[in-house]
Amino acid sequence: MAETATHTADHASEHGHETSTGLSNNKLAMWLFLGSECLLFGGLISTYMLYRGRVSDGPHPMAIFDIPFTSVSSFVLLMSSLTMVLAVTAAQRGDDSRTNLWLTITAVLGATFVGGQVYEFTAFIREGLGFSTSLFGSSFYTLTGFHGIHVSVGVLMLLSTVGIIRKNKITGNKAEVVEIVGLYWHFVDVVWIIIFTLVYLIPS
Amino acid sequence: MSTSTEQHEQEHGMSDAGYIKIALILAAITALEVSTYYVDFGPLFMPSLMIMMVVKFVMVVSYFMHLKFDSRIFSFMFYTGLGLALFVYITALATFKFFIS
Repeated sequence: MAETATHTADHASEHGHETSTGLSNNKLAMWLFLGSECLLFGGLISTYMLYRGRVSDGPHPMAIFDIPFTSVSSFVLLMSSLTMVLAVTAAQRGDDSRTNLWLTITAVLGATFVGGQVYEFTAFIREGLGFSTSLFGSSFYTLTGFHGIHVSVGVLMLLSTVGIIRKNKITGNKAEVVEIVGLYWHFVDVVWIIIFTLVYLIPS
Repeated sequence: MSTSTEQHEQEHGMSDAGYIKIALILAAITALEVSTYYVDFGPLFMPSLMIMMVVKFVMVVSYFMHLKFDSRIFSFMFYTGLGLALFVYITALATFKFFIS
């Protein structure tokens, strides 16, 4: 009964925000931020597209890319979007233990992806592709590195959310907090969808 | 309880089973994308990859990020940024191509 009352209160606060738009300002800010992130990654992706054929020294892209390995990494990140959305639905139901479980699984999948990227970078450096080896190398490491940093920040956000839910430190709408973290996480996933196709699957 | 779940689905989008179905479709599309690396798709290679990329992007944004079910203001904010990015960078890339030619 108490749980139902809390759930109803959550819904009321979520669907009836006392703002000029009637929407959550926090959520609006996150969408605005994600819109601006499109410009950041758009710049990095187009720089890569411009320079990917400029290999003055070092290995050629298609000679070093390990497509099976990157495909598995992509699959891991894609599935982390599923676990994230399951965390959001659990939070909307007011089920804290499931929310924490799915958030933790999402963080583990994200960390696995970052680990894979570190391994990939190490392998590329061993094969002679440094950051300043060629324009291809610089643009590749900058693009995928920025994405990797975003995933790492996402993992920290997920783990922090688990921590504050456990300590019951969220004063506002808990489901909305999880949803906003989820929006960031899904964005990181959609950016990788583009990077995977344009960088790895389309030969230069 | 079931009424509460149904009401929840109506307000927030889909059920967990629905999201799992979307994830399976995304996984299948990813497998198809990877297959283009091994199988020769001929002239269909590039268009098919681009279409699959866009379909995956739209599915994640619409369903997982709830844009399909949420306020249109959120869609406007996101797609304005995306559209602006596409316009600016396609123009920039086309300009480089123009000067190189």
